[in-house]
Amino acid sequence: MSFRIGVVTFPGSLDDRDAARAVEMAGGIAVPLFHASDDLKEVQAVVLPGGFSYGDYLRCGAIARFAPIMNSIVTAANHGFPVLGICNGFQVLCESHLLPGALTRNSNLHFLCRDQKLKIENTNTMWTTGFKQDQEILIPLKNGEGSFQCDDETLNALESEGRVIARYVDFDPNGSRNLIAGISNERGNVVGLMPHPEHAIESLTGPSTDGLTFFTSVLHQLVGR
Amino acid sequence: MAKIIVEVMLKPEILDPQGQAVASALPRLGFTSFKTAKSVRQGKRFEIEVAGDPTPAQLAEVEKAAETLLSNPVIETYIVKIEK
Repeated sequence: MSFRIGVVTFPGSLDDRDAARAVEMAGGIAVPLFHASDDLKEVQAVVLPGGFSYGDYLRCGAIARFAPIMNSIVTAANHGFPVLGICNGFQVLCESHLLPGALTRNSNLHFLCRDQKLKIENTNTMWTTGFKQDQEILIPLKNGEGSFQCDDETLNALESEGRVIARYVDFDPNGSRNLIAGISNERGNVVGLMPHPEHAIESLTGPSTDGLTFFTSVLHQLVGR
Repeated sequence: MAKIIVEVMLKPEILDPQGQAVASALPRLGFTSFKTAKSVRQGKRFEIEVAGDPTPAQLAEVEKAAETLLSNPVIETYIVKIEK
């Protein structure tokens, strides 16, 4: 059987179609979800895509957090429902307090778009089980506010609990603490990632097909439930 | 008519690349007194105009908004004040 994975569209989302396509390529059924409804349409997991929800007004993700769909997602996520936030989706997860820390302006102030090498350091989350420990992957990174910041206590907790799921390799793109590219919550069902796996699922358009593994991982995890 | 002001600043330990850019640009543009500035920090200011003096209920609500929406307590601090 196949699983239904929701992809949320906020006003200003850009990568919702690519995320939906990645879900389908991985073998899932992509279900469009709309910010203004609190209906999760019986999906078994959700992707919050990249983009500029609400024009990045106030702070990236700050207004999206109050969308009706986010109430349903926060409640479900606290019960183990898998959620992947990519780029702006990561920012929304931090603003929603599903993940700790915050994403701030890149340290060099420039919007950056490049193929970025990452190391996958936690293969136990719902979204990363298909990777090998310390596997290096290459996927696009494109953002202006990707610098992961948090206090020392949070950073120590993330590191000691193995909740840094991906780290930038060979190049520091934005001044993130400890080169953090992605983190998970304690339970491992909620993952936030700054770079874009949904843009690296086909060799025609991506630098690799490494990104597909995030989507196949969650489908395998759902089978095992 | 009064204004309730909410000022939001990044916490001191949070890197402020925009403030740093301003700090390095000002002396370059001829504002020489900024050469000796130790740092420049950039923040946000919200002005909420109300009719008459702000009521305690209004102030309480602004305080709540400042804490939950206007600032992100993970990286920012805020102050609320009244201007007449």
